[in-house]
Amino acid sequence: MQQDDAIHITDLNKIYDNGFRALDGINLTIRRGEIFALLGPNGAGKTTLINAICGIVRPSSGSITVSGFDHATHYRQARSFIGLVPQELTTDAFESVWNTVSFSRGLFGKPRNPAYIESVLKQLSLWDKKSEQIRRLSGGMKRRVMIAKALAHEPEILFLDEPSAGVDVELRKSMWAQVRALRETGVTIILTTHYIEEAQEMADRIGVINNGKLILTECKDELMHKMGKHEMSFTLRDPITSIPPDLASYPLTLANDGNTLVLTYNTYEHNDVSDFLEKLQINGIRPKDIQSRQSSLEEIFMQLVEAN
Amino acid sequence: MNYLGIAAIYRFEMSRTLRTIGQSIASPVLSTMLYFVVFGSAIGGRIQAINGVPYGAFIVPGLIMLTVLGQSVANASFGIYFPRFTGTIYEILSAPLSFVEIVIGYVGAAATKAVLIGVIVLATAGFFVPLHIAHPLWVMFFLVMTSITFSLLGFIIGIWADGFEKLQLIPLLVITPLTFLGGSFYSINMLPPFWYKVSLFNPVVYLVSGFRWSFYEHSDVSVTTSLVMIAVFTVAALVTIARIFKTGYRIRK
Repeated sequence: MQQDDAIHITDLNKIYDNGFRALDGINLTIRRGEIFALLGPNGAGKTTLINAICGIVRPSSGSITVSGFDHATHYRQARSFIGLVPQELTTDAFESVWNTVSFSRGLFGKPRNPAYIESVLKQLSLWDKKSEQIRRLSGGMKRRVMIAKALAHEPEILFLDEPSAGVDVELRKSMWAQVRALRETGVTIILTTHYIEEAQEMADRIGVINNGKLILTECKDELMHKMGKHEMSFTLRDPITSIPPDLASYPLTLANDGNTLVLTYNTYEHNDVSDFLEKLQINGIRPKDIQSRQSSLEEIFMQLVEAN
Repeated sequence: MNYLGIAAIYRFEMSRTLRTIGQSIASPVLSTMLYFVVFGSAIGGRIQAINGVPYGAFIVPGLIMLTVLGQSVANASFGIYFPRFTGTIYEILSAPLSFVEIVIGYVGAAATKAVLIGVIVLATAGFFVPLHIAHPLWVMFFLVMTSITFSLLGFIIGIWADGFEKLQLIPLLVITPLTFLGGSFYSINMLPPFWYKVSLFNPVVYLVSGFRWSFYEHSDVSVTTSLVMIAVFTVAALVTIARIFKTGYRIRK
C-alpha cells in the first residue's frame, strides 16, 4: 500500500448466511483524489463492496484499510474519513433538513459548526429548505439531503452508490458538477452508476465487477484505448456484391445490401486509413460519405460482462 | 470515546420525544392517572390498608413501576427499531461509534424519558393520594436503575423484532403480565404459599418491592436482594447486547 492510497482492499470475500457469495477475492486500490467508477450489472456486488468498506456489512475474510487504518482494528479512524450516500432514499421523514444534517455531523464526533452546515446546504441548493421536514421534499431534494448528510463531517472519501438513480436530467447534471467541485477540493470519490456515459465523462478510473469478482480495474483512457474499437462506415456510390480480394487483409464487413463498407479496428492499432482509401480507389470503389465512430464505455462494459 | 456521537444520538431521540410530546409523555401520564382515580380514589377507600399504608398510597410505587417499565421498553425498542425499519441505521453503523456508545445514546434517551414520566406520575399522584417518601434518594436510584435496565431490554427487543407486530409482542405478552403479577397492586405476602413462591421467579417483584421500600420502608423481599437482582438483570442485558454487536445479529449482515 502506498502513502497516497485512499483505500486498499486485499482478498476480500463476503459469503452470506444463505451461502450466497457476494464478494469473491476482491483486490482493489483507490488512489487519493481520484474519481473511481465501479460498474457492474444488478446484483454484481457493488453495494456489498461499498457497505463492507463503510462497516455496514461484515466481510467473511480479507482486509480493508482506509487512509492506512485497518477498518476492523482501527474502525474509528477508518470510518471517520468516509462519507456515504446510499442507494436508497433512507431519511428521517419527520426531521428537518438542518437537524438531520447536524445529526450526521455529530455522529462522527465533530463539534457543531453551523457555518459549515450552512455552506453545504447552500452548495446543494437546500438552504431555503433547511427548516422543512424531509417528508415534504421532492425525491431530488431528498437525494441532495443524503449528499449533505454524507458531507456533514467533512469526509475525505465519498461513496456515491447510484446517486443519480431516479433523478431528472437537470438535477443529475448539477449533482455531477458538485461531484467535480468536490474532487477539486481533494475528496476521493467512488461512485456506482447505471448511466455508464456518466462514468465515461466523470471517472478517472473504472472498475468492473460481476458475480462478486472484480474483473477489471483500469484508467478510463487506457481502457478506452485498449478495448475500444473504431468503426468507419463508407457509404458507397455503387453497391458491391463482395469484398475485392485486394482488400481481404482489412477487417471489413459489407452492410446495407452492399451499399456500406464497414472498417472496424482496435483503437490501439492506430490504423493509417490513407492506404486503405488508396486501395479503395484502385479497386474502383468510390465512397460518397464516410462516418466514423468510436465504441463507448457502455459497449466495452457489455463486452466485458458478457465475456465474464 | 465518541462523546459527541453519543450526544448526537441522545439529542436526536429526545427531540423525537418533544416532537411527539402527546404520545410520548401525556398519554402514559393520563393512563396512570386513571389508575389512581379508579384504584386509589374510587375503590381504594374501601380496601384495607396494607402494612399500615392506605391502599391508594400503597399502589403508587407499583403504578410508577408499571409505567416506567412499559415506557422504558417501548421507547428503547422503538428508538432502535425505527432506524432499522427505515434503513437510516446505515448512518449509525458507518459512523465511528462503538456498540457501547450506540447503546448509551439510545438507552440513555429512552431511560431519560422513562424517568421523566415516572417523576411526573409521582408528582401527580400527590393530587390523588397522601404520599410519604422515606428515602427520596433511593426512590431516584430505583427509578433510574429500573429505567436503564428495562431500556436495555427494550433495545434488545428492538433489534430482535423484524416487524411492528413483534415489537409489541414481548411488552404485551411478557412485560405487562409480569408487571401486573409483580406486586404492583398488592403485596406478594398476601398470596397463598404456592403463588408466593412462583412470584419469586418474577423479576418485577424485586423492582417493585425495592421501590416500595424506598417509599414506606416495607418490602416483600429484602432490599439487598432487590439490588442484586437489578444488577444481575442489567449485566445480563449488557452481555446480550455485546453479543448482538459482536455477531452483528440483525444489525450488520
